[in-house]
Amino acid sequence: MNTEDLAMQLSNFEDLNGYQLDCQPIPGETDVLQITVGDFDELPSYVSVTDTQILCITYLFTEDEVKADSRTQLLEEMLELNIPMPLSSFSRIGDRYVIFGALAINSSIEDIGFEIITLTENAVEAITALEDYLE
Amino acid sequence: MSVLKKIMTAVRGGAREVGELIVDANGTRIFEQEIKDAEIHLRKAKQDLTDVMARQMQAGRKVESLKKEISEHEGYAGQALEKGNEDLALEIAEKIAQLEADLMEQEEVHKSFSGHVVRLKELVKKTERQIKDYERQLAMVKTTESVQRASAAITDNFASSNSKILSARDSLERIKERQQNNFDRLAAAEELEAENSDKSLEERMKSAGIKGGGDKSANAVLDRIKAKR
Repeated sequence: MNTEDLAMQLSNFEDLNGYQLDCQPIPGETDVLQITVGDFDELPSYVSVTDTQILCITYLFTEDEVKADSRTQLLEEMLELNIPMPLSSFSRIGDRYVIFGALAINSSIEDIGFEIITLTENAVEAITALEDYLE
Repeated sequence: MSVLKKIMTAVRGGAREVGELIVDANGTRIFEQEIKDAEIHLRKAKQDLTDVMARQMQAGRKVESLKKEISEHEGYAGQALEKGNEDLALEIAEKIAQLEADLMEQEEVHKSFSGHVVRLKELVKKTERQIKDYERQLAMVKTTESVQRASAAITDNFASSNSKILSARDSLERIKERQQNNFDRLAAAEELEAENSDKSLEERMKSAGIKGGGDKSANAVLDRIKAKR
Protein backbone atom coordinates (compact mmCIF):
# COMPACT_ATOMS: atom_id res chain seq x y z
CA MET A 1 0.00 0.00 0.00
CA ASN A 2 1.40 3.41 -0.92
CA THR A 3 0.53 6.69 0.74
CA GLU A 4 -1.71 7.95 -2.09
CA ASP A 5 -3.98 4.91 -1.85
CA LEU A 6 -3.98 5.29 1.89
CA ALA A 7 -4.96 8.98 1.68
CA MET A 8 -7.81 8.25 -0.70
CA GLN A 9 -9.22 5.39 1.33
CA LEU A 10 -8.92 7.22 4.65
CA SER A 11 -10.59 10.37 3.30
CA ASN A 12 -13.44 8.25 2.03
CA PHE A 13 -14.45 7.26 5.50
CA GLU A 14 -17.57 9.32 6.07
CA ASP A 15 -17.61 8.77 9.76
CA LEU A 16 -14.92 6.88 11.62
CA ASN A 17 -15.77 6.80 15.33
CA GLY A 18 -17.47 10.16 14.81
CA TYR A 19 -14.36 11.70 13.25
CA GLN A 20 -13.54 12.81 9.74
CA LEU A 21 -9.91 12.30 8.69
CA ASP A 22 -8.19 14.91 6.57
CA CYS A 23 -5.17 13.69 4.60
CA GLN A 24 -2.49 15.74 2.96
CA PRO A 25 0.60 14.33 1.28
CA ILE A 26 3.90 15.95 2.20
CA PRO A 27 6.50 16.14 -0.53
CA GLY A 28 9.97 14.79 0.17
CA GLU A 29 12.39 11.91 -0.25
CA THR A 30 9.98 9.59 1.53
CA ASP A 31 6.21 9.67 1.09
CA VAL A 32 4.65 11.07 4.21
CA LEU A 33 0.98 11.69 4.82
CA GLN A 34 -0.20 14.39 7.20
CA ILE A 35 -3.50 13.40 8.75
CA THR A 36 -5.66 15.48 11.05
CA VAL A 37 -8.43 13.85 13.03
CA GLY A 38 -11.65 15.85 13.29
CA ASP A 39 -10.79 19.38 14.41
CA PHE A 40 -7.57 18.45 16.22
CA ASP A 41 -5.61 20.65 13.80
CA GLU A 42 -2.91 21.27 16.39
CA LEU A 43 -1.87 17.62 16.61
CA PRO A 44 -1.58 16.14 13.14
CA SER A 45 -0.35 12.56 12.68
CA TYR A 46 2.30 11.70 10.13
CA VAL A 47 2.06 8.36 8.40
CA SER A 48 4.83 6.71 6.42
CA VAL A 49 4.97 3.25 4.90
CA THR A 50 8.12 1.08 4.94
CA ASP A 51 8.73 -2.46 3.65
CA THR A 52 7.63 -4.00 6.89
CA GLN A 53 5.32 -1.58 8.70
CA ILE A 54 3.09 1.45 8.67
CA LEU A 55 4.36 4.09 11.06
CA CYS A 56 2.04 6.71 12.54
CA ILE A 57 3.75 9.52 14.46
CA THR A 58 2.41 12.55 16.32
CA TYR A 59 4.77 15.23 17.61
CA LEU A 60 4.20 16.16 21.24
CA PHE A 61 6.82 18.70 22.32
CA THR A 62 10.42 19.68 21.75
CA GLU A 63 13.36 19.43 24.11
CA ASP A 64 13.16 23.24 24.55
CA GLU A 65 9.69 22.96 26.06
CA VAL A 66 10.81 20.55 28.77
CA LYS A 67 11.41 22.11 32.19
CA ALA A 68 15.08 21.41 32.80
CA ASP A 69 14.79 20.74 36.54
CA SER A 70 12.17 18.01 36.18
CA ARG A 71 13.36 16.45 32.94
CA THR A 72 14.36 13.10 34.52
CA GLN A 73 10.96 12.83 36.21
CA LEU A 74 9.27 13.52 32.87
CA LEU A 75 11.29 10.77 31.18
CA GLU A 76 10.49 8.29 33.96
CA GLU A 77 6.82 9.23 33.75
CA MET A 78 6.80 8.64 30.00
CA LEU A 79 8.55 5.29 30.40
CA GLU A 80 5.96 4.17 32.91
CA LEU A 81 3.00 5.43 30.88
CA ASN A 82 4.15 3.51 27.80
CA ILE A 83 2.34 0.30 28.67
CA PRO A 84 -0.93 1.70 30.06
CA MET A 85 -1.36 3.88 26.98
CA PRO A 86 -3.36 1.81 24.48
CA LEU A 87 -1.72 1.10 21.09
CA SER A 88 0.73 4.01 21.23
CA SER A 89 4.24 4.47 22.63
CA PHE A 90 6.49 7.41 23.41
CA SER A 91 9.67 8.05 21.52
CA ARG A 92 11.98 10.84 20.45
CA ILE A 93 13.11 11.86 17.00
CA GLY A 94 15.97 14.34 17.07
CA ASP A 95 14.96 16.93 19.67
CA ARG A 96 11.24 16.20 19.43
CA TYR A 97 9.27 13.92 21.68
CA VAL A 98 6.67 11.94 19.82
CA ILE A 99 3.95 9.42 20.34
CA PHE A 100 3.72 6.69 17.73
CA GLY A 101 2.05 3.49 16.69
CA ALA A 102 3.32 0.88 14.25
CA LEU A 103 1.07 -1.38 12.23
CA ALA A 104 1.77 -4.46 10.12
CA ILE A 105 2.01 -3.66 6.44
CA ASN A 106 -1.10 -5.74 5.67
CA SER A 107 -3.39 -3.99 8.18
CA SER A 108 -6.91 -3.15 7.04
CA ILE A 109 -7.84 0.43 6.27
CA GLU A 110 -10.20 0.43 9.27
CA ASP A 111 -7.33 -0.62 11.55
CA ILE A 112 -5.16 2.19 10.21
CA GLY A 113 -7.97 4.72 10.67
CA PHE A 114 -8.62 3.64 14.27
CA GLU A 115 -4.88 3.66 14.98
CA ILE A 116 -4.61 7.30 13.88
CA ILE A 117 -7.67 8.32 15.90
CA THR A 118 -6.36 6.53 18.98
CA LEU A 119 -2.97 8.15 18.45
CA THR A 120 -4.50 11.63 18.37
CA GLU A 121 -6.64 10.97 21.43
CA ASN A 122 -3.63 9.56 23.24
CA ALA A 123 -1.56 12.60 22.26
CA VAL A 124 -4.09 14.97 23.87
CA GLU A 125 -4.25 12.69 26.89
CA ALA A 126 -0.44 12.52 27.16
CA ILE A 127 0.14 16.27 26.91
CA THR A 128 -2.55 16.81 29.53
CA ALA A 129 -0.85 14.30 31.83
CA LEU A 130 2.64 15.72 31.30
CA GLU A 131 1.67 19.40 31.22
CA ASP A 132 3.34 20.14 34.57
CA TYR A 133 6.74 19.16 33.20
CA LEU A 134 6.50 21.60 30.28
CA GLU A 135 7.39 25.29 30.08
CA MET B 1 27.92 -5.26 17.81
CA SER B 2 24.13 -5.47 17.70
CA VAL B 3 22.35 -3.52 14.98
CA LEU B 4 20.31 -1.65 17.57
CA LYS B 5 23.49 -0.51 19.30
CA LYS B 6 24.94 0.63 15.97
CA ILE B 7 21.76 2.57 15.24
CA MET B 8 22.03 4.19 18.67
CA THR B 9 25.60 5.28 18.03
CA ALA B 10 24.78 6.58 14.55
CA VAL B 11 21.72 8.54 15.71
CA ARG B 12 23.67 10.01 18.67
CA GLY B 13 26.31 11.09 16.20
CA GLY B 14 23.65 12.90 14.20
CA ALA B 15 24.04 10.75 11.08
CA ARG B 16 21.42 11.33 8.44
CA GLU B 17 22.13 8.24 6.37
CA VAL B 18 22.07 5.58 9.06
CA GLY B 19 22.03 2.72 6.55
CA GLU B 20 25.41 3.70 5.12
CA LEU B 21 26.92 4.10 8.52
CA ILE B 22 25.71 0.84 9.89
CA VAL B 23 25.83 -1.69 7.15
CA ASP B 24 28.28 -0.62 4.54
CA ALA B 25 29.24 2.19 2.19
CA ASN B 26 26.69 0.68 -0.17
CA GLY B 27 23.92 1.13 2.36
CA THR B 28 21.42 -1.62 2.75
CA ARG B 29 22.08 -3.22 -0.64
CA ILE B 30 24.80 -5.58 0.58
CA PHE B 31 22.52 -6.65 3.38
CA GLU B 32 19.72 -7.33 0.95
CA GLN B 33 22.13 -9.34 -1.22
CA GLU B 34 23.08 -11.45 1.78
CA ILE B 35 19.44 -12.22 2.39
CA LYS B 36 18.97 -13.20 -1.26
CA ASP B 37 22.02 -15.52 -1.11
CA ALA B 38 20.72 -17.13 2.05
CA GLU B 39 17.34 -17.66 0.37
CA ILE B 40 19.06 -19.41 -2.56
CA HIS B 41 20.88 -21.69 -0.08
CA LEU B 42 17.62 -22.41 1.62
CA ARG B 43 15.89 -23.38 -1.62
CA LYS B 44 18.77 -25.71 -2.52
CA ALA B 45 18.77 -27.30 0.93
CA LYS B 46 15.01 -27.88 0.71
CA GLN B 47 15.37 -29.51 -2.71
CA ASP B 48 18.11 -31.78 -1.36
CA LEU B 49 15.97 -32.59 1.62
CA THR B 50 12.96 -33.74 -0.44
CA ASP B 51 15.27 -35.79 -2.62
CA VAL B 52 16.91 -37.53 0.32
CA MET B 53 13.58 -38.06 2.07
CA ALA B 54 12.24 -39.80 -1.05
CA ARG B 55 15.28 -42.11 -1.07
CA GLN B 56 14.87 -42.75 2.62
CA MET B 57 11.29 -43.86 2.03
CA GLN B 58 12.35 -46.10 -0.84
CA ALA B 59 14.97 -47.78 1.32
CA GLY B 60 12.37 -48.16 4.09
CA ARG B 61 9.99 -49.89 1.70
CA LYS B 62 12.76 -52.23 0.52
CA VAL B 63 13.59 -53.16 4.12
CA GLU B 64 9.95 -54.02 4.78
CA SER B 65 9.56 -56.10 1.65
CA LEU B 66 12.80 -58.00 2.38
CA LYS B 67 11.64 -58.77 5.90
CA LYS B 68 8.37 -60.06 4.54
CA GLU B 69 10.15 -62.19 1.96
CA ILE B 70 12.46 -63.66 4.63
CA SER B 71 9.57 -64.67 6.87
CA GLU B 72 7.76 -66.20 3.88
CA HIS B 73 10.79 -68.23 2.95
CA GLU B 74 11.25 -69.36 6.53
CA GLY B 75 7.74 -70.76 6.26
CA TYR B 76 8.59 -72.53 3.00
CA ALA B 77 11.73 -74.05 4.53
CA GLY B 78 9.68 -75.35 7.46
CA GLN B 79 7.19 -76.93 5.08
CA ALA B 80 10.05 -78.57 3.12
CA LEU B 81 11.46 -80.01 6.36
CA GLU B 82 8.03 -81.33 7.34
CA LYS B 83 7.86 -83.15 4.02
CA GLY B 84 11.34 -84.61 4.66
CA ASN B 85 12.82 -82.72 1.71
CA GLU B 86 16.14 -81.76 3.31
CA ASP B 87 17.75 -80.70 0.00
CA LEU B 88 14.98 -78.28 -0.89
CA ALA B 89 15.04 -76.91 2.66
CA LEU B 90 18.77 -76.24 2.34
CA GLU B 91 18.23 -74.44 -0.98
CA ILE B 92 15.54 -72.28 0.60
CA ALA B 93 17.87 -71.61 3.55
CA GLU B 94 20.53 -70.39 1.12
CA LYS B 95 17.98 -68.05 -0.42
CA ILE B 96 17.11 -66.78 3.07
CA ALA B 97 20.79 -66.16 3.81
CA GLN B 98 21.00 -64.12 0.58
CA LEU B 99 17.88 -62.14 1.52
CA GLU B 100 19.28 -61.46 4.99
CA ALA B 101 22.47 -60.12 3.46
CA ASP B 102 20.34 -57.81 1.24
CA LEU B 103 18.32 -56.75 4.26
CA MET B 104 21.42 -55.78 6.20
CA GLU B 105 22.63 -53.75 3.25
CA GLN B 106 19.27 -51.96 2.83
CA GLU B 107 19.07 -51.24 6.55
CA GLU B 108 22.49 -49.58 6.33
CA VAL B 109 21.31 -47.49 3.37
CA HIS B 110 18.13 -46.51 5.22
CA LYS B 111 20.10 -45.51 8.30
CA SER B 112 22.48 -43.38 6.30
CA PHE B 113 19.60 -41.58 4.53
CA SER B 114 17.86 -41.00 7.86
CA GLY B 115 21.01 -39.40 9.23
CA HIS B 116 21.25 -37.25 6.13
CA VAL B 117 17.63 -36.12 6.53
CA VAL B 118 18.25 -35.03 10.12
CA ARG B 119 21.32 -33.02 9.08
CA LEU B 120 19.51 -31.35 6.16
CA LYS B 121 16.52 -30.46 8.33
CA GLU B 122 18.87 -28.80 10.79
CA LEU B 123 20.52 -26.88 7.96
CA VAL B 124 17.14 -25.70 6.65
CA LYS B 125 16.09 -24.55 10.12
CA LYS B 126 19.39 -22.76 10.68
CA THR B 127 19.19 -21.00 7.32
CA GLU B 128 15.59 -19.95 7.93
CA ARG B 129 16.57 -18.53 11.31
CA GLN B 130 19.45 -16.66 9.75
CA ILE B 131 17.22 -15.14 7.06
CA LYS B 132 14.69 -14.04 9.69
CA ASP B 133 17.51 -12.49 11.67
CA TYR B 134 18.88 -10.63 8.64
CA GLU B 135 15.40 -9.41 7.76
CA ARG B 136 14.78 -8.19 11.29
CA GLN B 137 18.06 -6.28 11.30
CA LEU B 138 17.40 -4.85 7.86
CA ALA B 139 13.93 -3.74 8.97
CA MET B 140 15.48 -1.86 11.91
CA VAL B 141 17.94 -0.03 9.70
CA LYS B 142 15.34 0.76 7.05
CA THR B 143 12.81 1.97 9.61
CA THR B 144 15.40 4.27 11.18
CA GLU B 145 16.24 5.66 7.76
CA SER B 146 12.60 6.07 6.87
CA VAL B 147 11.81 7.91 10.09
CA GLN B 148 14.77 10.22 9.55
CA ARG B 149 13.68 11.00 5.99
CA ALA B 150 10.06 11.46 7.03
CA SER B 151 10.95 13.84 9.84
CA ALA B 152 13.23 15.80 7.49
CA ALA B 153 10.31 16.10 5.03
CA ILE B 154 7.97 17.22 7.81
CA THR B 155 10.42 19.83 9.09
CA ASP B 156 11.03 21.13 5.55
CA ASN B 157 7.30 21.30 4.98
CA PHE B 158 6.78 23.35 8.11
CA ALA B 159 9.58 25.68 7.09
CA SER B 160 8.27 26.17 3.54
CA SER B 161 4.61 26.62 4.48
CA ASN B 162 5.56 29.16 7.17
CA SER B 163 3.17 27.44 9.52
CA LYS B 164 4.22 27.79 13.08
CA ILE B 165 4.65 24.71 15.20
CA LEU B 166 2.66 25.32 18.34
CA SER B 167 4.11 24.41 21.68
CA ALA B 168 2.40 21.49 23.40
CA ARG B 169 0.91 23.82 26.02
CA ASP B 170 -0.53 26.16 23.37
CA SER B 171 -1.95 23.23 21.44
CA LEU B 172 -3.55 21.84 24.56
CA GLU B 173 -4.95 25.28 25.44
CA ARG B 174 -6.55 25.63 22.03
CA ILE B 175 -7.94 22.10 22.10
CA LYS B 176 -9.41 22.61 25.57
CA GLU B 177 -10.93 25.93 24.55
CA ARG B 178 -12.53 24.38 21.50
CA GLN B 179 -13.81 21.46 23.50
CA GLN B 180 -15.32 23.89 26.03
CA ASN B 181 -16.91 25.83 23.16
CA ASN B 182 -18.37 22.69 21.71
CA PHE B 183 -19.61 21.70 25.12
CA ASP B 184 -21.22 25.14 25.67
CA ARG B 185 -22.83 25.06 22.26
CA LEU B 186 -24.23 21.63 22.96
CA ALA B 187 -25.58 22.80 26.33
CA ALA B 188 -27.18 25.86 24.71
CA ALA B 189 -28.76 23.71 22.05
CA GLU B 190 -30.16 21.42 24.71
CA GLU B 191 -31.63 24.35 26.61
CA LEU B 192 -33.25 25.68 23.46
CA GLU B 193 -34.61 22.26 22.69
CA ALA B 194 -36.08 22.05 26.18
CA GLU B 195 -37.77 25.46 25.83
CA ASN B 196 -39.26 24.49 22.51
CA SER B 197 -40.70 21.34 23.91
CA ASP B 198 -42.18 23.33 26.85
CA LYS B 199 -43.85 25.73 24.43
CA SER B 200 -45.30 23.01 22.32
CA LEU B 201 -46.70 21.32 25.41
CA GLU B 202 -48.48 24.53 26.35
CA GLU B 203 -49.91 24.88 22.86
CA ARG B 204 -51.16 21.34 22.87
CA MET B 205 -52.80 21.88 26.26
CA LYS B 206 -54.49 25.02 25.00
CA SER B 207 -55.86 23.40 21.88
CA ALA B 208 -57.18 20.57 24.03
CA GLY B 209 -59.02 23.22 26.16
CA ILE B 210 -57.13 22.23 29.28
CA LYS B 211 -55.41 25.55 29.81
CA GLY B 212 -57.05 28.91 29.26
CA GLY B 213 -56.38 30.72 26.01
CA GLY B 214 -56.07 34.53 25.45
CA ASP B 215 -59.77 35.05 24.45
CA LYS B 216 -61.07 33.35 27.49
CA SER B 217 -59.06 35.46 29.89
CA ALA B 218 -60.17 38.72 28.08
CA ASN B 219 -63.76 37.69 28.57
CA ALA B 220 -63.05 36.99 32.19
CA VAL B 221 -61.54 40.47 32.66
CA LEU B 222 -64.56 42.12 30.99
CA ASP B 223 -66.92 40.10 33.20
CA ARG B 224 -64.97 41.25 36.22
CA ILE B 225 -65.24 44.94 35.19
CA LYS B 226 -68.94 44.59 34.46
CA ALA B 227 -69.52 43.06 37.85
CA LYS B 228 -67.84 46.01 39.59
CA ARG B 229 -70.12 48.58 37.99
